[in-house]
Amino acid sequence: MRKGPTIAVVLIALGASTGPGASADLQDFAAVERGRYLANAADCGSCHTIPGSEHPFSGGRPIETPFGVLAAPNITPDRETGIGSWTNNEFDAAVRRGISRNGARLYPAMPFPYYTRMSREDVADIRAYLNTIAPVHNAVQVNRLPFPFNLRAAMIVWDRLYFTPGEFHDDVSKSKEWNRGAYLAQGPAHCGACHTPKTVLGGDKPSEALRGYMLQGWTAPDITSGQGPLRNWSVDDIAEYLKAGHNKNAAAAGLMGEVVDLSTSKMTDQDTRAIATYLKGVTGMAPGSSATADKADKDVTAAGGAIFQDLCSACHQQDGKGVANMFPNLSEAATTSTQDPATVLRVILQGAQSVATDREPTGPAMPAFGWQLDDAQLAAVASYVRGRFGKNAPAVSADQVRKARAALTARTD
Amino acid sequence: MVRKLPAKDVVIVGLGWTGSIMAYELADAGLDVMAIERGPWRNTATDHPPGYAADELRYRIRHELFLRPEQTTFTFRNKMSQTALPIRTWGAFMPPNGVGGGGVHWNAETWRFLPTDFVLRTHLTQRYGAGFLPDDMTIQDWGVTYDDLEPHYDRFEYLCGTSGQAGNVKGQIVEGGNPFEGPRSRHYPNPPQDQPFGATLFAKAARDLGYKPFPQPSGNMSRAYQNPLGVRLGPCTFCGFCEWFGCGNYSKATPQTTILPVLLRKPNFAARDNSEVTRINLDASGKRATGVTFVDTGGNEWEQPADLVILSAYTIFNVQLLLLSGIGKPYDPVGNSGVIGRNFTHQTISDVVSFFDPAKFAFNPFIASGSIGMCIDEFNGDNFDHGPHGFVGGGYMGQVQTNGRPIETAPVPPGTPRWGAQWKKAVKENYQSALKPGTGVHGSMYSYRDVYVDLDPTYKDRFGRPLARMTIDFHDNELKQNAFLTDKFAEIFQAMGARQIVKEYRKGPYDVTKYQTTHLCGGAIMGTDPGTSALNRYLQSWDVPNLFVTGASAFPQNPGYNPTGTVAALAYWAADAIRNRYLKNPGQLINA
Repeated sequence: MRKGPTIAVVLIALGASTGPGASADLQDFAAVERGRYLANAADCGSCHTIPGSEHPFSGGRPIETPFGVLAAPNITPDRETGIGSWTNNEFDAAVRRGISRNGARLYPAMPFPYYTRMSREDVADIRAYLNTIAPVHNAVQVNRLPFPFNLRAAMIVWDRLYFTPGEFHDDVSKSKEWNRGAYLAQGPAHCGACHTPKTVLGGDKPSEALRGYMLQGWTAPDITSGQGPLRNWSVDDIAEYLKAGHNKNAAAAGLMGEVVDLSTSKMTDQDTRAIATYLKGVTGMAPGSSATADKADKDVTAAGGAIFQDLCSACHQQDGKGVANMFPNLSEAATTSTQDPATVLRVILQGAQSVATDREPTGPAMPAFGWQLDDAQLAAVASYVRGRFGKNAPAVSADQVRKARAALTARTD
Repeated sequence: MVRKLPAKDVVIVGLGWTGSIMAYELADAGLDVMAIERGPWRNTATDHPPGYAADELRYRIRHELFLRPEQTTFTFRNKMSQTALPIRTWGAFMPPNGVGGGGVHWNAETWRFLPTDFVLRTHLTQRYGAGFLPDDMTIQDWGVTYDDLEPHYDRFEYLCGTSGQAGNVKGQIVEGGNPFEGPRSRHYPNPPQDQPFGATLFAKAARDLGYKPFPQPSGNMSRAYQNPLGVRLGPCTFCGFCEWFGCGNYSKATPQTTILPVLLRKPNFAARDNSEVTRINLDASGKRATGVTFVDTGGNEWEQPADLVILSAYTIFNVQLLLLSGIGKPYDPVGNSGVIGRNFTHQTISDVVSFFDPAKFAFNPFIASGSIGMCIDEFNGDNFDHGPHGFVGGGYMGQVQTNGRPIETAPVPPGTPRWGAQWKKAVKENYQSALKPGTGVHGSMYSYRDVYVDLDPTYKDRFGRPLARMTIDFHDNELKQNAFLTDKFAEIFQAMGARQIVKEYRKGPYDVTKYQTTHLCGGAIMGTDPGTSALNRYLQSWDVPNLFVTGASAFPQNPGYNPTGTVAALAYWAADAIRNRYLKNPGQLINA
């Protein structure tokens, strides 16, 4: 809750910032409301706010990329360290074209290849909303990448390879709902930024949209239907997952938990359903069908089954079906069957706190088992779960567990 | 130096069941609520995960979840003529500590008291005459009736997802339930848990003897459940690690699994853990609480001002804090005056261990939960004619299979050596074929003039405050009651075909080293007369109207049931009075 004096400061700052290009009308209630909704849909706060900070959008959160760490800048209306002195055109260029005020290219950690699908008006509305939040003086050193990735000029080439500017246009052959969902998923919600496989240079592989990617120590699973992992999910299942963070199949934790908390749970039911309608239309291949899934040997499976019975079945049940909206159904959760077992191993090693939302406030958590199971035991139970409940998911070796354990120990999140 | 914090509308002392209920209700009414808890925060996955929640040595034997006597304790004696000594290891009861309080480590038996329990003195006097009661028995009516509390019992049962079989819905007796219970407005939210073999046999034998056995009402889920606040619980797995333990898979109703997830989402609620309240502060008039003083683990002293104080700690700490804060007149058993500390009670528990033929019986005692079992209520309260027996009170009794845990579960027939090869052989032979109910005879303990709590004249805590002193012993009435009930209980095991039965009667003197239950009651009781009660019928202090005291400390005497259902119903009842009456016109709600 903002106090009186702060409001005065906001107004003074905004008054000062109203330059020739800054046309936002501070009293345009409708624009500010739309902008707030879209800022949530675009999940701006996830990167631009340090979790738990009392200063939203003031930047500084480190964003891990395959090329090094970037820090999200301050996007409060502070004139010196934020974007208070930017014109709307400058803001639009950054968001939709990846070009900063000084002409430099942004790194695609800022998902401008997705935001480019938004309309100019939508971006202007986000700006209108950002103009109303408290300015925070916080200078952020954004570029923390090592050489040569710290050279922004390289982004000119990258943009040519991977960036296709242009607004989203409705596909008249599809329903209104599908089009709304496609707009949100391809635009502000930028699903593919995590879920679409990337080239070695970090560009999307458009032919494999939403078939899963690895980032920040998690596997963002394949979320395609058709033969894909979500083939048994209904539109309502997906919509419920986005809105509540839970459904009868799965629970959102880790990065997706954050997406639900900050973004999708704040969308209208119509919009989460629209995204679900769009996603159900994105067909993929059977998980692991391109590789012959390695199966664990009989002894390992037996050991894994015993561990499952002892430690896992109390919540996930002996048939792995779990409890609707509480404990994931291991056969239908997309993360069970990912080619790369990073998420499965991370969740067993460290445990996972599922997201709590207004719709599903329980927020049950999976305990950590890394202290209790050695590498071979953990590999056995992970292989058992993937083999018995997963869909062509390869077995996990003790060596993979050892590496996952070491990687998690090195992480700070 | 005491540092003063910004004022709150409400400060709550202790975040167990009643603290959580009051916090939710008052935050829901729009008030700014701060809860202060002496112990640590506790969450299911991080504090009692399935990987080690079932560690009998750690939790049952070494008491991990309970208050450490090194932090604070009380002194104990049987008789007023004795010198009390400090309790250094918990025995007869287990003082809770930490968020969730006793709600974390209870068995989840979720009972309602009988309608006559609330008007006990009136009822017994009418039925048997005043001369039937012992002279020094100080039982009282509660000032609240079963009908007053019914909607609030209902709320708690639906909050918890209580599994059970109704015996009386709106006055209609329902086959299979407890025919003695007061009328309930609707059925339990969940069906009873499946019964193990021993309980099924017990029920059959009880029926053959003419009793009406019914499943124990349980806060352990018979199926997945979502409560009216939107919080979900998973189905119980019958692991048999309920009482003394935290539940690892969200199957036992606790503040953590029913209220706290939604309470924590409220922006007008905040809590401080690891902070011990040392005093309720009063203004110069002594008639108004101004807040509380507490100490954090750094030894820093803080004042939390508030308009309304809810005292919701464990029974004996409620009483101690009132005494130390100078609220209400301390009870004097000699002059029979004063109220704070009077009508202190505990429970009268006994058990029957029965040995069956190992060739014919395998009870699988490890298939267990805190409250699966079959019970009878024929000998509870005043459900039977006490006239010929010369005592009052009673209790439910049942074959309740709470656990087959390896350290505790080694029943052997009398005469078996205490160790060695013979003992091992006997344990092996009897583990599967002996029955030792987790709840056997759950008898009442009525109140007496010389059973009370006051401040110890000698022993002090780390702040230099006197420890609470409990003076408690069994009276003949309770010992007679127990002998009668234990014999009745044993008859049922006889009828089941036991080849040997060992009756473990409760005998005097009251032994503070032997576990009974954690149901200490009374000391800050509710009633209709400020001369004999600390609180009015809404749990409001007669002396300081902006103070409400929740918990079993309000019980004028302890009936023959587990108290949590009534403790919670009273909290909802008091919260309702605060929301709908007190807040509209803050002040004394009853003119006495």
